[in-house]
Amino acid sequence: MIKVSGLTKDYGSRRAINNLNFDCQQGEIVGFLGPNGAGKTTTMRILTGYMPPSDGEAIVAGYDVVEESLEVRKRVGYLPETVPLYHDMIVFDYLKYMGELRHVPDVDERVEEALDMVGLINRSNGYVGNLSKGMKQRVGLAQALLHRPEVLILDEPTIGLDPGQVVEVRELIREIGRERTVLLSTHLLNEAQNLCDRVLIINKGKIVAEDTTENLQARLLGAERVVVRVRGEADELASSIKSVKGVRKVETLDDGGVEFEFASGKDLRPEVARQVIKDGYDLLELRPLGMSLEEIFLELTNNEGKK
Amino acid sequence: MKNIWTIAKREYDNYFNGPLAFVVMLAILLPMGIYFSLILFYTSQQAFFGGGGAPDIQPINGLFVFLMVFLAPALTMRLLSDEARMGTLELLLTSPVRDSELVIGKWLGAMLFVLTLLGITLVYPIVLNNFVDPGIDWLVVLSSYIGLILICGTMLALGVGISAIFTNQFAAFFVTLGLLFFLYFMIGLPAGLLPQSGEVFNYLSIQNPFDQMNAGTMTLGGIVYYLSLISLGLFIGTTAIEIRRWR
Ligand SMILES: Nc1ncnc2c1ncn2[C@@H]1O[C@H](COP(=O)(O)OP(=O)(O)OP(=O)(O)O)[C@@H](O)[C@H]1O
Ligand SMILES: [Mg+2]
Repeated sequence: MIKVSGLTKDYGSRRAINNLNFDCQQGEIVGFLGPNGAGKTTTMRILTGYMPPSDGEAIVAGYDVVEESLEVRKRVGYLPETVPLYHDMIVFDYLKYMGELRHVPDVDERVEEALDMVGLINRSNGYVGNLSKGMKQRVGLAQALLHRPEVLILDEPTIGLDPGQVVEVRELIREIGRERTVLLSTHLLNEAQNLCDRVLIINKGKIVAEDTTENLQARLLGAERVVVRVRGEADELASSIKSVKGVRKVETLDDGGVEFEFASGKDLRPEVARQVIKDGYDLLELRPLGMSLEEIFLELTNNEGKK
Repeated sequence: MKNIWTIAKREYDNYFNGPLAFVVMLAILLPMGIYFSLILFYTSQQAFFGGGGAPDIQPINGLFVFLMVFLAPALTMRLLSDEARMGTLELLLTSPVRDSELVIGKWLGAMLFVLTLLGITLVYPIVLNNFVDPGIDWLVVLSSYIGLILICGTMLALGVGISAIFTNQFAAFFVTLGLLFFLYFMIGLPAGLLPQSGEVFNYLSIQNPFDQMNAGTMTLGGIVYYLSLISLGLFIGTTAIEIRRWR
């Protein structure tokens, strides 16, 4: 649905994105993650036909963003980062105007439908300018959904929403992402983790990692770390665990627990459990310590910065 | 085509959202009304003393154009500059609308507003027709109104083009005002000062073809002149938007 190859954009002499390659399938929600100035907005603006790339090409919904820009724009729903709206318009009229520009059939009903989806049906007769920030955000989202686009591109869709709304909007995105393609940018790693099928991490205009969140964690660690806790005194626990073949980096924690590592792929937890019980301990806990996406993110973006 | 109409319709409605529409209406209809009554008063007095010609609408239509030199920039200043400033241009430029359709739609919206104003001013020839015997020459009125539409269209097109260049509506206003002032007064100015060949300047002024049409003489040259300036203004606007995309 989205296919990007060699995409590059220069603003004057500053290179905002450099030779990006990725694709997104239908029915997939892809998260675009990266620190400020990484090039997320720039990439999205190219994909939505707002501006042409300096080099490379992008195919969205089967059309080239430069050569067949109008065809792309017909099929894409876009929520820009700044959520631009006409503040002096009535909410309903605003959405109707955007719908008419997109030749939406039965536009009145579709506006109602979109307003209903974002939970703003009771504000449809008010001025856009009088809405709260989060409500404006949702009007922007309604605008992006209005024409039932094949591809949805959302630049930080949940920013400025209250926690309840965040949950609802994520639910909505998940719903849409079942059949259509969604590319969303975010700084919230837990959002990427629980919403996206796949994550692209971009830093300084380059993609530094691309995978499912689970795989990213595993790949980056190269090993899995586990903490073990037993009842009572456990002076000998560490040596007991060390005796299992394949276990590495055994450390005793202050609270008496023991952490150890094994190469990812060969799970040593059963062996360790057996050994611990055989040595007469009451096993209370055997818990894998996943690296959070935060840590992965910092690791990737910092390493890249040092190079 | 549908897109042009959609954009024009919103722009037209939008004029009435704020005070601008009413300020412009007042600024143009009030002086015209006063001027019209003065003319009627003056000519009826002259007629009483047994002299003078029949009153006609030429002078008040001339006044309309004179006032439009100042009001057209106000009507066009924010059409595209404000979209760029508020970021809503990003919505329009990612909608399936051609850049040229956007610019033409904006121009047409302003044009519809001016056509509304012109429609209101039709009361003057109608009143006048009841005043003079045997009625006024409607062909001259027609020619005058075609002239009005063309010259107003020209001013608005140049204004829309300039509005696309700026992100600040006041910058757009003053540049448009300066340009229209130049095209209306300054080009023709040397004609009065230079003893010979000054007429060339008069000929180039945007007043000139209108004055002829206002007097009842349609010229092909005049029509072509205005249509080219309209195209130029819209072309400048479209190009400015395209440059904005490429940055
Ligand atoms: N209009 C512009 N003109 C010049 N440089 C720009 C422009 N827009 C973005 N840039 C530069 O391009 C780089 C990427 O910016 P971009 O807005 O794509 O980042 P981002 O990933 O969206 O960041 P954020 O998380 O802050 O939204 C930055 O260095 C930025 O300064
Ligand atoms: Mg951004």
